[in-house]
Amino acid sequence: MIRGSGLPVCSGVAIGPAYLYRKGQATLPVSCGDSAVEQQKFDQAKEIALSQLQHLVDQATKELGEEQAMILDVQMMMLDDLDYLESIQAKIQNGLGAAQAVKQTGEEFAMDFASMDDAYMQARATDVRDVSTRVVNILCGGSSGFEMDQPGILIAEDLTPSETVQLPKDKILAFVTQHGSANSHTAILARIMGIPSLVKADIAMDDSLSGQMMVVDCIEGNYYIQPDDDTLKTMTEKREAVIRRQQELEAYRGKPSVTRNGQKIKLYANIGNPSDVEHVIKGDAEGVGLLRSEFLYLGREDYPTEDDLYQAYRKVVEGLQGRPCVIRTLDIGADKQADYFNLDAEENPALGLRGIRICIRRPEVFRTQMRAIYRASAHGPVSVMFPMIASVWEVKRVREMCDAFRKELEEQGVPVGEVEHGIMIETPAAAVISDELAKVVDFFSIGTNDLTQYTLAVDRQNPSLEEFGDTHHPAIMRLLRMIAENAHKAGIWCGICGELGADPSLTETFLDMGYDELSVSPTRVLELRKKVCESEGKPQ
Amino acid sequence: MTTFTYVIQDPLGIHARPAGQLAKTAATFADCDIKVSANGQTADAKRIMGLMKLGAKQGHTLTITCEGGDEAAAAAGMEAFLKENL
Repeated sequence: MIRGSGLPVCSGVAIGPAYLYRKGQATLPVSCGDSAVEQQKFDQAKEIALSQLQHLVDQATKELGEEQAMILDVQMMMLDDLDYLESIQAKIQNGLGAAQAVKQTGEEFAMDFASMDDAYMQARATDVRDVSTRVVNILCGGSSGFEMDQPGILIAEDLTPSETVQLPKDKILAFVTQHGSANSHTAILARIMGIPSLVKADIAMDDSLSGQMMVVDCIEGNYYIQPDDDTLKTMTEKREAVIRRQQELEAYRGKPSVTRNGQKIKLYANIGNPSDVEHVIKGDAEGVGLLRSEFLYLGREDYPTEDDLYQAYRKVVEGLQGRPCVIRTLDIGADKQADYFNLDAEENPALGLRGIRICIRRPEVFRTQMRAIYRASAHGPVSVMFPMIASVWEVKRVREMCDAFRKELEEQGVPVGEVEHGIMIETPAAAVISDELAKVVDFFSIGTNDLTQYTLAVDRQNPSLEEFGDTHHPAIMRLLRMIAENAHKAGIWCGICGELGADPSLTETFLDMGYDELSVSPTRVLELRKKVCESEGKPQ
Repeated sequence: MTTFTYVIQDPLGIHARPAGQLAKTAATFADCDIKVSANGQTADAKRIMGLMKLGAKQGHTLTITCEGGDEAAAAAGMEAFLKENL
């Protein structure tokens, strides 16, 4: 039995075979000496790549829409391009192995595109590289179309958003990654789907792990490979207890979130993708308190169009069938950016050009997003909130911009619904002047993760600082109380959408502070409702 | 040989998607050699990467040359495609 540990980011226990997921890193095999054989290898690999891509096109059309599917469709055409094929053939004739020929050709074509004086064409370099890498992976025995023949535990170095899209998520019992953090893409995805996960795990990416029996205990933060009988027995019981507890929570489905004293609180869900709406419904959340917009911008090569954004938001709004949805505008920065934004690298991205600051600096990007949000609001209840606010002038500026965007739509005769405008309170500055801010917005939503990191001056991505980053620190608690009081004095509602909102040991405190809403991972809603129903709450 | 010119109207120019469709359209005229020139460069109309590498944008003039079997039909087909899509 091998035992190790990691940082649990989504609770639960999983037992199953291990699957090793690695990026294609194999050194490329040289030619077997017969160019005809190498050519044949390539031809076969090309056919496999085309069928994989066709499969992805179908999948992307369903899950992500035409626009994303088109990128893959173009890749298929590139793979059938005669210039590309002739170049590979010539290199194979000259004695290269099939994989080497593909890699070199891909690089040459990518360079050609990269040197064009057109940003759009420059970005096509990625497509040529991507499609070439796919063929190389096939030739090297690695598969870029990772498959799991039965449910199991996925071990990886780290996963990018585009990789997670391709993973067979219905077969993944748990994620174990070497890197990542509580806020990494994998962690967020895992929480939304309720898949137990360990990040920063001390696990070696050893091929021999594949297929071995594995247990992941994401309550304690441990994993076991080839567990002994005792461990397996204990963990099986633990897993059954988790399942039993979940079944007990089912009694709270459809019930109102009301304390014994009749205090009401709304329990909403945090999501990051239109496809997560199904988890909102499954988790019985009363609405969406945080729809992250980053998924629309990351993992692509150019800005999404207004229509891309509109279609995605509309899908969420319609899927929620009348439940309210709070959309957060783009919250990216130098630490979490898409290349095409061309943000300068920064010493200190957490304190840099991010969130609302980008929207103020780049009104055209903001305009596209706000138009899409306003258009989506014609299909159901939509609110919008702005991240990283620190000053009143920022809110005023942004609201003026929004008024203009809205007016523009109305003049064009485009239908727009009623939209509440709120802000995230995640900087200590915003917390301290929340009385002033409350006068210029319709609601507050507290981003406790950032509020904690900025208030305590503790980098939340740095696990070695954990003992200094007490999320229950009295400074945070005082700020939270003050923010709620200031909101209510001004007659607006306030909620919490950070991780802290899901902490059941604080539910009673939040009720006492008077919070109107908690927005948590969809899988935590029922658990929290139970907690609310069992609490006294304030006398009404 | 049949030659005609066309000025690109599409704001994005010959980007990936229309380049692919253009190549597919050209490929339907198997016996005809079809070339597209713009900005002093010439590309085989049946090859998507070459078409993309022309970097032809809105307002640029394309010269299309069809040579070989069925060249009149090919020219007509290409012109119809361009008017429709670019």
